[in-house]
Amino acid sequence: KACTPNYSPGRGWPCFNTDPMLKRDGFEDILEERRNSSDLKYALRCYAPVLYKGVTPCKANMLKNIVLQSDQLHYVINQVSQESGEAPDIIQEEASVILEEMAHRLQISTVRFFAFALSKAFKTLFQHVCVNEEGIQRLQQAIQEHPVVLLPSHRSYMDFLLMSYILYTYDLALPVIAAGMDFMGMKFVGEMLRMSGAFFIRRSFGGDKLYWAVFSEYVKTMLRNGFAPIEFFLEGTRSRTCKSLTPKLGLLNIVIEPFFKGEVFDVNLVPVSISYERILEESLYARELLGVPKPKESTSGLLKARRILSEDYGSIHVYFGQPVSVRSLAQGKVNRSTYNLFPRHIPRKPMEETQSFVNDTAYRIVRLQEDNMVLKPWVLMASLLLQNLEGLELSVLTEQTVWLRGLALSYAAFLDWPDHAPTAKVVSSSLALHRGLACVSGGRVSLVVGEPLGPVTPEEALFNRAVSVLSCASYRNQVLHVFLRPAMLAVAMHTAASSKKNEVYNCFSFLWDMFSNDFILCPGDIVQDFEEACYLLVKTGAVQMPQQDIVMTDIGQPTLSFFNGLLEPFLQGYQVVCRYLCEEASEGLTEKQYIPAVRSFAYSVLCVFTGNLRCYEVLSSDMQKNALAALLRGKLPTQKALLARL
Amino acid sequence: GAPLLLNCGRRPPTADSATAADKTNPRGKHCLWLCFRVLSSCLEIFVLCPPLTSDSISTVLAAATITMTLTSTVCFPRQEIMKWNGWGYSDSKFLFNKKGQAEFTGKRYRLSGMVLPSLQDWFENTFGASVNHKSPPALNASAVPPASLNEAFVEDLKATGIPFSHEAEDRVFRAHGHCLHEIFALREGKKFERVPDMVVWPNCHNDVVKIVELACKHNVCLIPYGGGTSVTSALECPPEETRCIVSLDTSQMNRILWIDEKNLVAHVEAGIIGQDLERLLNESGYCTGHEPDSMEFSSLGGWVATRASGMKKNVYGNIEDLVIHIKVVTPRGVIEKSCQGPRMSTGPDIHHFILGSEGTLGVVTEVTMKIRPIPEYQKYGSVVFPNFEAGVACLREVAKQRCAPASIRLMDNEQFQFGHALKPQVSSIFTNFVEGLKKFYITKFKGFDPHQLVVATLLFEGDRERVLQHEKQVYDIAATFGGLAAGEDNGQRGYILTFVIAYLRDLGMDYYVVAESFETSVPWDRVLDLCRNVKERINRECKERGVQFQPLTSCRVTQTYDAGACVYFYFAFNYRGLADPVHTYERVEHAAREEILANGGSLSHHHGVGKLRKEWMKESISSLGVGMLQSVKDYVDPDNIFGNRNLL
Repeated sequence: KACTPNYSPGRGWPCFNTDPMLKRDGFEDILEERRNSSDLKYALRCYAPVLYKGVTPCKANMLKNIVLQSDQLHYVINQVSQESGEAPDIIQEEASVILEEMAHRLQISTVRFFAFALSKAFKTLFQHVCVNEEGIQRLQQAIQEHPVVLLPSHRSYMDFLLMSYILYTYDLALPVIAAGMDFMGMKFVGEMLRMSGAFFIRRSFGGDKLYWAVFSEYVKTMLRNGFAPIEFFLEGTRSRTCKSLTPKLGLLNIVIEPFFKGEVFDVNLVPVSISYERILEESLYARELLGVPKPKESTSGLLKARRILSEDYGSIHVYFGQPVSVRSLAQGKVNRSTYNLFPRHIPRKPMEETQSFVNDTAYRIVRLQEDNMVLKPWVLMASLLLQNLEGLELSVLTEQTVWLRGLALSYAAFLDWPDHAPTAKVVSSSLALHRGLACVSGGRVSLVVGEPLGPVTPEEALFNRAVSVLSCASYRNQVLHVFLRPAMLAVAMHTAASSKKNEVYNCFSFLWDMFSNDFILCPGDIVQDFEEACYLLVKTGAVQMPQQDIVMTDIGQPTLSFFNGLLEPFLQGYQVVCRYLCEEASEGLTEKQYIPAVRSFAYSVLCVFTGNLRCYEVLSSDMQKNALAALLRGKLPTQKALLARL
Repeated sequence: GAPLLLNCGRRPPTADSATAADKTNPRGKHCLWLCFRVLSSCLEIFVLCPPLTSDSISTVLAAATITMTLTSTVCFPRQEIMKWNGWGYSDSKFLFNKKGQAEFTGKRYRLSGMVLPSLQDWFENTFGASVNHKSPPALNASAVPPASLNEAFVEDLKATGIPFSHEAEDRVFRAHGHCLHEIFALREGKKFERVPDMVVWPNCHNDVVKIVELACKHNVCLIPYGGGTSVTSALECPPEETRCIVSLDTSQMNRILWIDEKNLVAHVEAGIIGQDLERLLNESGYCTGHEPDSMEFSSLGGWVATRASGMKKNVYGNIEDLVIHIKVVTPRGVIEKSCQGPRMSTGPDIHHFILGSEGTLGVVTEVTMKIRPIPEYQKYGSVVFPNFEAGVACLREVAKQRCAPASIRLMDNEQFQFGHALKPQVSSIFTNFVEGLKKFYITKFKGFDPHQLVVATLLFEGDRERVLQHEKQVYDIAATFGGLAAGEDNGQRGYILTFVIAYLRDLGMDYYVVAESFETSVPWDRVLDLCRNVKERINRECKERGVQFQPLTSCRVTQTYDAGACVYFYFAFNYRGLADPVHTYERVEHAAREEILANGGSLSHHHGVGKLRKEWMKESISSLGVGMLQSVKDYVDPDNIFGNRNLL
C-alpha cells in the first residue's frame, strides 16, 4: 500500500504515517466470525503459533530455573548476602520466593477458557472489535525474526485480556504480560490471569536490589530466548483522562538492555493502540480524579460490575503499529562498545547516553500509539460541547462538527467517520451511544448532570457538574494530540506581545515547557513542534507567515478561536494552581497534603466565581499534579511576565 | 602426516639459459646476475659464512656452478611460479572439469590431483551459483601507470650494486596484497591508481641500511614487501603519494645465519618464507612451531610487522613470544638491543614498537627467535558436538584447564558442511560403507541434527605417551559437553581446508562468487553473541544492499586464550545482478566490523590494521594511544620515508 510521508514525530525517526484513509480500510471485525460460529469450537481449536526462530516453548518451571541459576542473579545474591550478613542460601531462597510470587504460569487450558468467556462478553458489550490485519501480518513476521515487545496503550482493565484474545484469535504467540500486584489480590481471578500469561510486579520496589534483579532477569531471560513476546504498558497505569501519560522507563530499560549488551541481535517494539468508543470505566475515572478512592480490585467487585454487561459500549479498534527496530533507532545514538569494558552480568546504572535514548524512544512509541488511535465523531462533538457548557443548538453542533471533521482530517487525524451516512445521522447516533453524557432537549444539546437525591450543597452540585465535565473531557482528550501543536501556537499568537515570529516562538516554547507533563511532547523536539504547528496552520489557511511575522488570515478566526478554547481549561487550571501556591500554600507543604488542599481551594474559587470561571477540570487530581510538576521544574517563575499575561 | 606436501617449484636457473636470455633481451644480464645472488645465498646457509658483498661475486660464481642446491621456495621473479591474479602457485587451482566435477590441480597438496565429487553440489546449493555461469578473468596485466623515477636515487642505487627493476610486471606484483578488491581488480584487468615505481632486492642487512640511507637522502618513499600475503590493504600504495615509491622486496634475505643449540635460538634474516624456515630448521632437527595459515608464502619480517599468530601457538606462542631479538633499519638508524636476555625490565619493550608497526617505521632485517626440537609424535583428532554452543563451552573449559592441544579449532555447521564438500572421491565400497555407518551413528543413534552439529579439529604434539595422555584428557572434557570423538581423518581435513581455502576463492570468482575472511578476538562470555550477531548483520546488510542470493556466513574459533578466543569468519556471496560487487562487499565487511566492535570484539587478532581498518584505530586504542604511536613515528621517521600510511 502506498505510504505518504507525513509529519513523522521526530527527526531521524524511521516512520511514515500511513494515509489515514488507507489505514482505516484495513480493519477486520473479529467479532463477526464469533457471531456466526461456535464459541466452544473456537476455544478448543488447534492452536500452534510460530515462535522466534522456531524455539520450542519453555515450561514455566524451566524458565524459573534458568533465572535462578543465572550469573546476574548470583552476583546480586552474593552482594546482598555480603551487605546483610545473611547466608547466600537464605537470600537465594528469598529470590526463589520472589520469583514464585512473580512468575506467570501460562496454561493453554486457561487461555481457552478465557477465549470462550471473553467471546461471550465481547459480543454483549461491543458492536465490533476491529483489528488491522496488516499489523497482524507484520507482527507475525516480527515474532519469528526478533524478540518482540508489545506496547499497548492503557485505557481500561480490558486491555490486556483483549490483547491476548486477539493474539489467540490470529494464532500468534501469546504474550507474557507485566501486571501490577493489585490484581494478585483478587482471589481466583489473579491466578486465572497468571495462567493466561500475566506476571505480577510490585508497584514500587525502589531500593530492593534483590527484587529488581529477579524481576529484570526474569524479563530478560524471556526476551533473550524469545520464548514469548513481552507485553507491558509504557504508561505504567490506566490513563484516567484518556490522554497518554508520560511513559515510565523501568521496563523499557530492561527490554532494551539485552540489545546493547549484544545478547540479542535486535529487539522489535510494537506500539499497539487500543481505542474504545466508550470506556467501561468512564464515570469511575471521573470520580477517581475528583478524589473518590478507586475501588480496590476484588473478585466481588468484579462480580458487582456485571451490570455494565447490559450496556452498549460501541466498538473497539486495535491497531498494531509498524514494529520499531531498537537497532535502527540506536544507530548513531548509542555506542554499544561502551558496554565492552564491564562484565555483563553485573548490574549497572545505564549511562546518560543510554538513558536519554530510552527516554526518547519511550516518548516516540507513545506518540506512535497516539497517532494510531482511532477517533470517533463523538470526540469532535465532545470538544465542541466543552467549549459551550451552557449547551448549543443541535443544528449548530452538527454544522460545527462537520467543520471540525474537515480540520481534523487535514491534520491527518485517524478518524473513523461512517461512509455515506448523513451527518445528522452520525451526530444523533453518537449522542445516542453517549446518552449518559449529553442529551438533546428542545433542540439544544447539553451535558447531562447527575441529579442527586435530596437536598444538595453547592459543593455537591459542583461535584456532579465536574463529573460530567471530566467524563466528557476524557473524550475531548483523545483528539488533543492531533490539535495540540497548532493549538499551542494559536495561544502563543494570542498571548505574544507582537506578531514577530521569535516572540511567538518564545511564548510557544513557554507553553510547550509548561505542558510537557500534561501532553506527550518529545524531549528536545520544541523547534520541530513549532515548525510543525506553523506548517499545519499555514496549510489550513488560518495563518500567514510574511517575512518574520506570524499573523492570522481573514478566514483564520474560527480555527484559532477553537484552538484557544481547546486549551483554555488547561490554562485556567494552571492559573488556579498558581494562585493557590501564591495565596494559600504555607511553608512546608508536603506533596501528600497538596492534592486535598488545592482541591478545596479550587472548590472555593469555583463556588465564588460560578459563571466566568468554568475550569471544572482543575478539580482533577491529574491536572493538579501536572501543574505542580511543571511549576516545580522551576523554569516557569523566570518567565513571570508571560505567566501574568496568560 | 603434515598437511603440506611441498615441492619446490623453482626451476634452478643454469648459466646456459641465462646467457640465452642475455642475447634476446636487455634484462637477461640482469637476470643472470640476480641468479648468482640467489645462489650465493644458498651457499651461505650451508657454510654459514658472513654476508657477501657484491664485489665477492666472482668468487661465488665458481662455487655456484658446483653447488646447485635449492634454497628458496619463492624464486626471484616470483610471477614465474605464482599466480599474478590469484592465490598461490600457478600450477595449483580448483576447476570444474568437463564432467562438472571439481578437481584440484598440481602436485603440491594432499588434495592435489584429486576429484572432489560433492563440491559442485555444495557450491551450487550454497550460493545459488551455477557451473554454467562463468566469470573468467579478463587478462590484462599491463595496464600499469608509468614509473616516475627519482633519477638521482636510481644513480646512487646503481652505484651500490643492489639489484632493482622497474619492469611493469615486477611493480604490479608488489602493488597489492590479497584483499578481495585487489584480486578482483587484477582479474578484471582494472588499472591500479598507484603502483611502486621500482622494486629493489637487498641481499642483507647492510644493503637495507644503504637503501634506507639513499631513500632519506633523495626523499623517496619505501614500502617493505615480504611475502605479499597482506589482507589489510597494507601493500597498497597511497594514491596521494607523489614521491617515487620503491618497493623493498626482502625475499633475498632468506638465510638462517646461525643456530644456537645451547639457548635454542636461531638468528634468521627476515625475508625468509615460513615454509623455508621450517624446512631448513627441520634439517637440523628443529622447528619454530610458528605456523600461520599463510606460512607457505608469508615472511618472518611480515610476521613481526603484523603481530602474526600461528596455529600451534598453544605450544610455541605467538610471534611476540617467539622473538628474542629484532634488528630494524629505520631512517634514524638501526634499532637493536644489547643482549639476548629472555626477559628484561628496561622500560617499555621497544620490540613492541616494532611488532605490529606494519612497515611504517622501518625494515625488519634480522630476527633471533626461539626454536624447539622437532616433536617426536603428532596426532590429529576431531570431536563432533551437537551444536555450536556446546562446542564453545567445551573450548572454554579446555582453556580454563589450560590443556589446549597444539591446535584446537571449532568449525561451525556451515564450515563442517563445507569441509565435507571437499572430501575426495572414495575409492573403495568398504570406505563408503564405513562412512555411512559413522554418519548413521552420529545423526540417528546419537540424535545429532546434521544442520546443527559442529566439529572441533585438534592437533597434538609431543612425545608419544604424553600425546596419548593429553588426547584422553581433552576427549574426556569434550564428552562432558556431549562431544563425540570423530577420528583423525576429519581433523586433518579441517587443516587442509585452511590451506586450500584461498584457492577456493579463486574458483568462486570464476563463477560470480566473491569471498573474504576476517577475524577478531573476543572475551569468552561474548563469543556466542558475537558470532550470532555478526552473521545476522552480514545477512541483513546483504539483503539491504541488493544481494540476490543468501550469503554464506561461517565462523570458527581458531585460538583459545585464558581470557578469550580468536574467531575467524568466512563470508561469501553470489554477486550476479550486482553492478559493483566489490563495493557491496566492502560495505558489508565494514558493517560486520562495526558489529564486531560493538559486541566486544577487537579490531584484529592477527591480520593487522593496514589501511583497511585505520578508521577504527582511535576508537580501539583511544586518541591518546594513537598520539603515542604517532610520536614514535614522528621521531623515528620524520620525513615519512616509510610512507605506506598503514595503521595511523
